[in-house]
Parts: sequence; structure tokens; C-alpha cells
Amino acid sequence: MHVTVDQDRCCSSGQCVLTAPEVFDQNEQDGLVRLLQDRPALALLPALRTAAALCPGGAITVTAPAAGGESGA
Amino acid sequence: MSIVDELAFPAPRPSGCPFDPPPAYRRPAARLTLWDGNPCWLLTDYQDVRTVLSDRRFSADGRNPGFPILTRSQQELRNETPSFLRLDDPEHARLRRMLTTEFLIKRVEAMRPGIQRIVDEALDAMVGHGPPADLVAEFALPVPSLVICELLGVPYGDHAFFQRESFRLLDTTAPAATTRSAFEALTAYLTELAASRRGREDGILARLAARTDLTLPEVAVTGLLLLVAGHETTANMTSLSALALLQHPAQADLLRERPELIPGAVEEFLRYLTIIGSGLPRVALADVELPGGTLVRAGEGVLAVLSTANRDEGLFPGGEELDVTRDARRHLAFGFGVHQCLGQPLARAELQIALSTLLRRLPALRLAVPFDEVPFRNETVIYGLRALPVAW
Ligand code: SF4
Repeated sequence: MHVTVDQDRCCSSGQCVLTAPEVFDQNEQDGLVRLLQDRPALALLPALRTAAALCPGGAITVTAPAAGGESGA
Repeated sequence: MSIVDELAFPAPRPSGCPFDPPPAYRRPAARLTLWDGNPCWLLTDYQDVRTVLSDRRFSADGRNPGFPILTRSQQELRNETPSFLRLDDPEHARLRRMLTTEFLIKRVEAMRPGIQRIVDEALDAMVGHGPPADLVAEFALPVPSLVICELLGVPYGDHAFFQRESFRLLDTTAPAATTRSAFEALTAYLTELAASRRGREDGILARLAARTDLTLPEVAVTGLLLLVAGHETTANMTSLSALALLQHPAQADLLRERPELIPGAVEEFLRYLTIIGSGLPRVALADVELPGGTLVRAGEGVLAVLSTANRDEGLFPGGEELDVTRDARRHLAFGFGVHQCLGQPLARAELQIALSTLLRRLPALRLAVPFDEVPFRNETVIYGLRALPVAW
């Protein structure tokens, strides 16, 4: 599973940090999203899907392994 | 598609449950005529609303032709310096990004003890006077007002002045002259305050005033937006949520037994009560076909109604009912897209602390008047209560 963030789209809402604090943080200098790990454990997939859906800027992309029928969020 | 002839904003809530969206919004996508004779789309569906708010082909810039002007008071202020709420990127991002570090999750978490102290002191004072008491005047309004004043560096001692003027500014039924005088009084006040804070470090106003890339009017309208949004929204969410809990005693009991449900409950209150009464205005910059099939053409205005979107049965099954155990996180009560509420971490912290403290400290809280005598306010763009008479 792979996670990417697009800082240009981030509007610093912090929704991702609230939803998956293991994976996202906010940069203290500019408030923009900071990725703590880009290949998190598969167990975090539901939380990451929620984070991607909640992100108001559409800044988060989650790519899950094709096996098991998972697709990108 | 249905045609509505004319709709006043915010739409009246003539009968039925006062927590529900106005009946006039409960319709599929429709064309309507605004008070000034201009046409506009009324969009009420979750996916349509979410698309309009996050697709950059819709502009939030009130100076664009076709942008829906909802009330006479908005018309009156159309040529004033806009806050970033009424600008598109890159201007919007430039102004907003000066504030993003002020509302970082970690920073807001560090404010929790201070917010708890303000909440406790307000409740102590209320309990000292009552019962009965007005939960709006003694609790729901002073708490966020004190918090935002401290954060901005605005003296709370001036609260009678700026609370009165913000109410007048948001009153959609006020004559144009009242709107203008409220706007001028508040911006003059904030301009003077910002100028006097130059060279100091404390508070957002001082930090904004110190910037060489901002004009003084930009500092003042940014301060105005934070001041008004900071107390009007949270105050009304607090009092409406408290009233909703009084009307749903089993859910209040559940929250007292399981305080860990409070953060989720706050999301549910935000969803169920959605206090932005009129919907968010945008104008299309290109032809866009919305998920629900509506084709909005370039130059056409749209109103994205949050309250009906937040009752979407597909996303929130049984969504017409309050259920504090529901996963309501996908609500759009803070808007969506790049303009989504900047202060939402602070609003969440305030609501969580205020409601959990109220539940814990006043378990016997009850209405001091019959429910149908509670005065709701519909004349401002932010829905809420004029007063909430309670006893305990
Ligand atoms: S949810 Fe999206 S917009 Fe908000 S901080 Fe995270 S990446 Fe940025």
C-alpha cells in the first residue's frame, strides 16, 4: 500500500492528522501536511481511505495492492 | 428539475422540527430567483454540494459576474476589501496560509486546558446566579468569545460592542445603512487595534500587523472574519447542541456514561444541526455537469446547501434522526474544498469541552420553558438560538 500527498492541494484542515495520526502530521512552519510514512501497514487502509475522503483539498492518494480487489481511493 | 420562483435567505422554517433544514431547501436541484431578480441554482444533494465546493471551476470570488448576492446587506458590502473567504487561489491561499499555523491540531490541543478553565469559570458564574439562567448569554456565547479574543488579542472588555455589531452585520433583515455602519464600526475598531499591536508578539492580530506583505485593511477584514466566525458559529452550535441533548435525554445519558463518545457526538451535532442557514454561494467559471446531472453553465450562480447534504440517506442512513453513536465525519458542516473552515480544530475542541463539561457538571439540566417557547433565530446567516432558558 502506498500513500502520497500533494502539498499544493493541502489547505491545512488537519482532518488527516485527526483520522490517521500514525501516517500524517502538520508541518509546524507552514501548517501543510507532512507524510510520516509512505508505506503504512495494510491494517491502516480503512483509516487512510477515510482520511482521503475527508481531505477537503483532495491532497491524499492511497494506492492499495491490486490483490484482494482493493483499488486506489 | 423543479422551478422555485423566489426564495428569501435564509429560508423560513415555518413549522415542524426546528432542528430540520427549512422545507424550501428540501428539493432536487432547482433554478430560483434571488431578491435582486437574478437567477441562481439551488443545490441540495451531497455529491453536488461537495463537487461545487471542491471543484476549482466554481469561484468564491464575490466580484465575479453572476456571483449570487443573497441579501441586501451582502450587496451593500460588495465593493469592500474581501476576506479570503471571498477570494480564489492564489489570493485566497496567500492570505489563508498566513493563518494556518495558528490552528494546527497540536497548537489547538495545547489550548485545551485554557479552554477548560474558561468553560469552568463560565459555568461557575452561571451556577452562582441561577437557576434559572440563559445558557446562551451566560455560557454558549461567552466561552467562544473569550477564546477567540484571547487568540486574536482583542480585549474581551469590548465584547458588548463587538457582539452587538457582529449580530447587526449578520442580520439579513437589517437595512443597508445598518449593515454598513456595523461593518465600518468593526473594521475601524480592528484597524485601530491592529495598529496599536504593531511590534508586539501576543495574539494573531499583532502577528498579522507585523507583516509587511499585508495592508492594514487586509489585517482588519481578516481579524473581522476570525472574530465573527469565531464566536457566532461556536456559540450557536453549543446552545443548539445543548438543546438537542435536552430533547434526547437517552443520548445525553449515554454520553454521560461513555464520555469517550463525545468527539463523535460533536461530529453528529455538526451534521444534524448544520447552522449555516443559507448555503454557500459560488459562481461557475466554466460549464460543469454535476454528479446529479445538473448542467451549470459558465457565469451561473449556485448555492450549495449544506444542511440538506448532511441529511443524505445514502451516507447517513436514518440521517433525519440525531444519533450520537453514528460515524458522521463525512458531514459538510465546515464546508469542503480549499475554503473549508480554518478554525475547525478550535471549534471541535471548544464544543467537545463545553458539552462534556455541561453534561458532567449539570446532570439535572432541563428547559425552564416549554420547547415551543425557545426563541430560535432565523434572521442571521448563522442559525441558532436567541436565548436558552434552563434550570438544574
Ligand atoms: S486533510 Fe488534506 S487539506 Fe487537511 S491537512 Fe490533511 S492533506 Fe492538508
